[in-house]
Amino acid sequence: MSEARRFPVSRRGVIAGGTASVAAANLPWSDVKAQQVERSVEPPSVSVSLNINGEERDLELDTRVTLLDALREHVGLTGTKKGCDHGQCGACTVMVNGERVNSCLSLAVMHEGDEITTIEGLGTPDALHPMQAAFVKHDGYQCGYCTPGQICSAVAVLQEIERGIPSHVTDDLLADMQPTNMEMRERMSGNICRCGAYSNIAEAMADVAEG
Amino acid sequence: MQSFTYERAQTPAEAAKAAAERENAKFIAGGTNLLDLMKLEIERPTHLIDVGRLGLKEIEDTSDGGLRIGTLVSNTALSAHPRVRRDYAVLTRAIQAGASGQLRNKATTGGNLLQRTRCPYFYDTNMPCNKRQPGAGCAAQGGYSRQLGVVGVSDSCIATYPGDMAVAMRVLDAVVETIAPDGTERRIPIADFHRLWGDTPHIENALQPGELITHVTLPRPIGGRHVYRKVRDRASYAFALVSVAAVLQPDGRGRVAFGGVAPKPWRMPEADAELPRGAKAVVGRAFADARPTEHNRFKIALAQRALAGILSDAPAQQEG
Repeated sequence: MSEARRFPVSRRGVIAGGTASVAAANLPWSDVKAQQVERSVEPPSVSVSLNINGEERDLELDTRVTLLDALREHVGLTGTKKGCDHGQCGACTVMVNGERVNSCLSLAVMHEGDEITTIEGLGTPDALHPMQAAFVKHDGYQCGYCTPGQICSAVAVLQEIERGIPSHVTDDLLADMQPTNMEMRERMSGNICRCGAYSNIAEAMADVAEG
Repeated sequence: MQSFTYERAQTPAEAAKAAAERENAKFIAGGTNLLDLMKLEIERPTHLIDVGRLGLKEIEDTSDGGLRIGTLVSNTALSAHPRVRRDYAVLTRAIQAGASGQLRNKATTGGNLLQRTRCPYFYDTNMPCNKRQPGAGCAAQGGYSRQLGVVGVSDSCIATYPGDMAVAMRVLDAVVETIAPDGTERRIPIADFHRLWGDTPHIENALQPGELITHVTLPRPIGGRHVYRKVRDRASYAFALVSVAAVLQPDGRGRVAFGGVAPKPWRMPEADAELPRGAKAVVGRAFADARPTEHNRFKIALAQRALAGILSDAPAQQEG
């Protein structure tokens, strides 16, 4: 049987049908949503001050706004990327008070007074951070979407090793931590690259670690 | 995400009181599990009490040689603490076996104890789930249950407690300290902290409404070889199919708890007592009342092999 016979519905048809079924499915829900909106006409908003890449920013935000959305949609720093929005892919990795976190899994309002460092704060096109330069040198990316998160994470990983934080692959918990290939691969497991640039990322990190 | 009001608590007592006064309120600390569930509208609090600025980030020696851990100590900080690495290595190993570096930086000690199951039917709001909606039924039973519980499960729910840290705390006999909305403080042994599902799988632990975890205390170190072995589908950043936390003494005695198999870290004193007789005897005892599905029966054999691997390692090869 040919592909066309097995799947007689065109892609366009599927998209149109999909839209229609979504619209139909929305019918019973629309009443519920209307009631919810009525109950709380004005979603609660709060003031929050963040120090982003050394600059004080005062924001007025819906309580639901994540740190990631605050950076991208309210401050206009779109270097930090939204991948899964559930803390699984690491594309949204930034540093908060010197520690890497998933900015998608944190509310902006929880970061009053915190120091946030994004990819824009690490380096600029004219003055790359050593990790950015190493990613270019070692071809540590293909499409580039995960790269800001990879670089923020990579910078933080080397600091974590230096601070002596152990990992799952550390043999001796009481010895000094070493930036081995195994250590870096384990510590970078929270950053997914669907292009598969992993080995080059590890080489870029090794380059920076060796100074 | 459903909209919610927000407040920042100043003291633990004030936080607990606020939680009791507001309907449908939740504490938020790291937020790594709660926000994930709020985005999916599995959790729908209408008020959040941010407990992230309560202090409670200290790790202190207790007068009897143990350790008292503030509830807001991050997973990273706890696993890296010099005394934890030296005296409670099974805890460092367990924490470092879980999640990713970014999540461990944010996840807190108390919040990690409260993380909710990763049963795919709990996460899929199109499926009936007694945990999400009491009385709705359980789609996992008769569904795809490879990752789910084999022991301590019930007709209402076969989900597992997913964490690693608590499995290590179970072999260390940790104690959870809390404060209630009326200011009462109490100490809950970790063995009694997580509940078996029974016919109320939506009630997952011993905490009363508004009760806030303030500390976790570890008793005096017990020495021995500390091991945490986690078997999973990926080498990193995946939940356990089976995990084994063990503290083994030179004379062959010791303690063992299993993760990824039950509603709580699974440890039985009778099974501990079988350790000198080997992995088969321990697992035979610990899983005597198991009721696995056809998909997850393998977990019992896997638990035995994981433990056998640990026991056969020469004591010279310290894993802890």
